[in-house]
Amino acid sequence: MSAPKEAWSSRLGVILAVAGSAVGLGNFLRFPGLAAQYGGGAFMIAYAVSFLIIGLPIGWAEWAMGRYAGQLGYNSCPGAFASITRSRWAKYAGIIGVMVPVMIYMYYVVIESWCLGYAINFWRGELAPTAAAASGDIFQTFTGSGADGSALAISWKTALPWLVGVFVFNFWLIYRGLSKGIEKMCNLGMPLLIVLAIILLVRVLTLGAPDPARPNDTVVAGLGYLWNPTKINVAPTDPMSDVKPYEVVGAGGLAEAKETVAASDGKLELQEIGVITQLRNPKLWLSAASQIFFSLSVGFGVIIVYSSYMRKDDDVVLSGLTASSANEFCEVGLGGLISVPAAVAFLGVASVAGQGTFGLGFNVLPLVFAKMPAGAFFGGAFFFMLFLAAVTSSISMLQPGIAFLEEAMSIGRKMSVTVLGLLTCIGSGFVMYFSKDLKALDTIDFWVGTFLIFVLATIQIIIFGWVWGIDKGFSELNQGAAIRVPQFFRFIMKWVCPAFLLTVFAMWFLNSIFGFDLITFKWGAVAGYVTDLRSNLAAQLSVAFILIVATFFFLITARSHAYQRAEKGLPKHD
Amino acid sequence: MTTAGILIMICSVGTVTSLFSWCIYKVLTTPRETDKIHAVDLHTPDMDLPD
Repeated sequence: MSAPKEAWSSRLGVILAVAGSAVGLGNFLRFPGLAAQYGGGAFMIAYAVSFLIIGLPIGWAEWAMGRYAGQLGYNSCPGAFASITRSRWAKYAGIIGVMVPVMIYMYYVVIESWCLGYAINFWRGELAPTAAAASGDIFQTFTGSGADGSALAISWKTALPWLVGVFVFNFWLIYRGLSKGIEKMCNLGMPLLIVLAIILLVRVLTLGAPDPARPNDTVVAGLGYLWNPTKINVAPTDPMSDVKPYEVVGAGGLAEAKETVAASDGKLELQEIGVITQLRNPKLWLSAASQIFFSLSVGFGVIIVYSSYMRKDDDVVLSGLTASSANEFCEVGLGGLISVPAAVAFLGVASVAGQGTFGLGFNVLPLVFAKMPAGAFFGGAFFFMLFLAAVTSSISMLQPGIAFLEEAMSIGRKMSVTVLGLLTCIGSGFVMYFSKDLKALDTIDFWVGTFLIFVLATIQIIIFGWVWGIDKGFSELNQGAAIRVPQFFRFIMKWVCPAFLLTVFAMWFLNSIFGFDLITFKWGAVAGYVTDLRSNLAAQLSVAFILIVATFFFLITARSHAYQRAEKGLPKHD
Repeated sequence: MTTAGILIMICSVGTVTSLFSWCIYKVLTTPRETDKIHAVDLHTPDMDLPD
């Protein structure tokens, strides 16, 4: 009887490992922030479409291309692209697959340190805000978002000591090759994280209206804000007015809004914004797609590296699907249902959209824990589990850079880790110093975490469907698989996916960068990320830093002998 | 919360939960799948090579 028991525990262990590697900060912090920013229901539609026509297909393409390149001995994105396409340009395109994970690591590790700092401060009993303003103050002090350099103080409640600790811990793990240990910790930690998230979810859904002075700000209103496809806004009748429109949710909120409009002497009106109108916003589509990329690690250059270490008959189809579905379960089923409804209940609908991508979880969850029995313990445990999830994700972001340096420079792992450690130390220090309004973090997240991911994903699916060919790609993908990828994905991967990416990208570029209104066909204001490049030092230096890293990787790639062999389709070693 | 909102919520959460459950079922019931399915395994072969 013991043999079947062992087999079942081993299989469960595999599922936990797959789920553990898939879950990260994106599920519990980034996704709720974006869903709140774009107002829910319409975002969820764009998100579901993005998952089906770009997340799954590009993920599968990465798994298949990585495994193929690994058979030839290439474990980096430039090597994989060059060996598959047998062309010189592809190795340079592959640099993006090194830049994305390495540069995201630079700010991801900062957020990881916030998680650890929050966990310890919860356990010390020093993090129990009772009002939204207090929670916001704690976050501002901790992250230094009030002024550049203000997070560099040594204190329990500033990020610097935690960042130093987390940074050293990550590199110590990979330098010493101790990642097996952290994997085992995560196999235990991930089920705990999910259990804690379910407890938190139950607490949030039973909050009702936590502030008696604001009876309309309820959890149900929060769920409505997240999932309702049609939005009702209170907006000024004069489009030139300085009054900002705000959304109302629920019968109580609507009745209150009607009174406000009636008392405004015609200066305000109720506007109903349908789901089609919302879906015409290219930024919504780009954000939904970028979240899919971010949380599934698709278009990151990470999967292609790790799948290169797989055997030829390993199952990439079910591996990819299990990882993606575990990730989506945590993101949509848990992450989304916790933070946004809680934020609306505590802060009100009007305040939620302004929390920023990562701010929602750090500003709102402490308020929820403060209202729970043993909240300090659960709060600490939750943020510590997030920290563990972040450790696995951040270490996985370093491997593409390590493999690239090993392969391109023909150096050993320890030297490669040292070089990458210096580079990322500079980057994380830069993000930490330019902390006012989290400008450096935000700028790198935009240009690398959104823009470059989009570019890389487009290149990957074009290589898979057009350069490699959909027949060869599908044949490689289905090799060793327990389930066959449905045939309609051939059409999706060859036509729909690239067309979708290019269309959304073009719309977003016109609208978000150059301010072209796609509904009225008029040119408007240029995006803040572009105007910042003229006026904001932190944004200018952030983009300059991205270009310096790109140049560094370009020079290494250009001189690599390994990639010269890859261009000819030759194995790395004879 | 509107009826359409409730429907979108149930469909979204139901779909991701069903998909994950099906994947677990498939991994648990397919012979020898444990050996062939992989996560992002943090311990890579280059860690075991001498420098």
